[in-house]
Amino acid sequence: MAFNRREFVKAASGAIVLASAPFVLKRAGIAAEEPIRIGNILDKSGGLNIYSLKQMQALAMTVEEINKAGGLIGRPIELLFYDSQSDNQFNSKYATDAMVKDKVKVIHGGITSSSREVMRPIVDKFKGLLFYNSLYEGGVCDRRHVSTGMVPAQQLAPLIEYMVKEKGGKKGYILAADYNYGHITSKWMQKFIRDHGGEDLAVEFFPLDVTNFAPAISRIQAAKPDVVWSALVGGAHIAFYRQFEATIGKKNMMLASSTYGVGLEQLQLSPEEGDGIVVATSFIDSLPTAKDFIAKFKAFSGDQSYVGEYGEYGARGLLIWAEAVRQANSAEPDAVIEALAKGGVKVNGAGGLYSVDGQTNHTTMDIHLVVGNKSQSFDLIRSFEQRPPSDTQMVCDLNKNPNDAQQYEIKL
Amino acid sequence: MDDVAIYAYQIGLSFAIFILISLGLAVIFGMMRVINLAQGEFLMLGAYFCTLITKAGVDLWISFFLAALAVGVFGMIVERVMIRYLYGRILDTLLATWGLSLFLVGGVTTIFGPQSESVAATLGQVTVGAFGISLYNLVVIAFALALLLGTYALWRYTRFGLVVRGTMQNPAMAAALGVNTGLVYTLTFGFGSAITGLAGAVLAPIVGAAPPMGVFFIGKAFITVISAGHLPLLGTISASGLYGVIDGVVAYISSSVIGEMTVLFVAIILLRLLPLGITGRMRRGI
Repeated sequence: MAFNRREFVKAASGAIVLASAPFVLKRAGIAAEEPIRIGNILDKSGGLNIYSLKQMQALAMTVEEINKAGGLIGRPIELLFYDSQSDNQFNSKYATDAMVKDKVKVIHGGITSSSREVMRPIVDKFKGLLFYNSLYEGGVCDRRHVSTGMVPAQQLAPLIEYMVKEKGGKKGYILAADYNYGHITSKWMQKFIRDHGGEDLAVEFFPLDVTNFAPAISRIQAAKPDVVWSALVGGAHIAFYRQFEATIGKKNMMLASSTYGVGLEQLQLSPEEGDGIVVATSFIDSLPTAKDFIAKFKAFSGDQSYVGEYGEYGARGLLIWAEAVRQANSAEPDAVIEALAKGGVKVNGAGGLYSVDGQTNHTTMDIHLVVGNKSQSFDLIRSFEQRPPSDTQMVCDLNKNPNDAQQYEIKL
Repeated sequence: MDDVAIYAYQIGLSFAIFILISLGLAVIFGMMRVINLAQGEFLMLGAYFCTLITKAGVDLWISFFLAALAVGVFGMIVERVMIRYLYGRILDTLLATWGLSLFLVGGVTTIFGPQSESVAATLGQVTVGAFGISLYNLVVIAFALALLLGTYALWRYTRFGLVVRGTMQNPAMAAALGVNTGLVYTLTFGFGSAITGLAGAVLAPIVGAAPPMGVFFIGKAFITVISAGHLPLLGTISASGLYGVIDGVVAYISSSVIGEMTVLFVAIILLRLLPLGITGRMRRGI
């Protein structure tokens, strides 16, 4: 952990900017302009890197594209990458470094809700801007925070309605990761299951390093639910899907998840283990709108495997921020926040139209109900167009209370 | 009746996992006093070798032993080029093996990528009342017991075991009696690595193989071996038994979180009452 990748990346990105300067100068005459410095804090190493690796590359690719096309408001973007190593302590350290030492205009990053909650107060304190490009449990009401991922009203509401009403999954058994995401998401799951006339038999939490799910599986067999709901997170928890298939099996009990697939779990499991798991997502590779992005990403990264939602989040977050900068005609955090508050920031991205809701700084987007198939990918069941982040909208109004900086939690 | 069976199964599996992750460390740390922080990565290497060899078309059961052999050879190389120069220098060993652990995680990530690899062991399941039990989990329990008995027999009944134990107790005397102590150290370290590799391979169908998987196990392995005290084998059996029963029962009755917490809590109490570990006051045994 002593490798200082940040210094390396800094030097490397500096070198790229330098190397491409004459080219850009000729093209747009902007090389003399001071670059806009932005930070990306993600987990390149450690147990959570399954969520980060493609996102880092997609973000870097989007920066390169913008720079090649003449930069943003006439200035090149300089990207600094910080490896938070799946450890919140580094999120805190690098967020401070990025704000104070490197003076970035925006931080893109954070995967887990706990890492976001570590960085958000730091960004607030130094009057910066945080783009959190990840699905999460909703409710963060803070004008210096922008969520570009799904929240429960967007993701869980259609998923749970489908499972309970159409598939007859009345009795649910919930398994969730033991930190704020899992705790709050499990409450949303309970709420939506009850709303549709179902019953939540039990909720169980697992620390991120649990790999032995035999006790939980025996309890599930004793409780006999129709559906097992998983909000499990990280590399260790993938073991659950293996052990579930080896004992209960999806032919005997349905399995649906709010997190399966986002870490590309389907590529790491055998085709049988991944077949039939139902999820809701804002992006899959096979969307008609995604063709261009997927082709460019595969060429850029040299990686031909499934890209998935968390890869696309990198491009999405940066494009939305860039559009807000254009509308503000400034990269200063406060000017960008003003532009976002007007509610007119819209981007046509790889997953369809993304528009930032000025009231909450959350994003309205298309949601797709999909099911894992035998070729380690997903089949589309149906799509829901332009779902608003209505859970957060119920509790948060940044136009009325611009100084709000808290996370509202659901109460059952 | 179902209940008894399911409790026996949970305890057995939990005990087996404790044995598998800590037996190699019992040899390397318990006998040789080498604080090997790369122990979790040896486990990870075993899991990777197992998935690779299986993907090359070799039968799963044979690939377990090939993986053990590969990690054993790797362990001997590590002992020759690194550990050898650090005997008795605890802090230096700590740093060196930590470095090795980072190197292995980085190396495996670079070569195989960050995602986890899986190997299928679909043996089916047996049904006990309302419960389906994965047959493979029973195989894991059998492997753990076999490994335990094999190690015990090797140390207790063979000349090699006698020479190893003698060398660990008094290397100077062993050398004076004509034992090639350097070779004994290398072989012992290799043996510890091999059983760690075997453990990783046996666990691979359950937990998969991923670069960061070592950290999921290293803490539990050290807690078990430190609780064991100075008789590595007997101590590891009793500590694994104790923690296995607690984890199996508590995790099944309440939840995995409470199960882990209870194990750690008991470990603290135990080390407060028996600072030298469970076998701290025993004079004889292995």
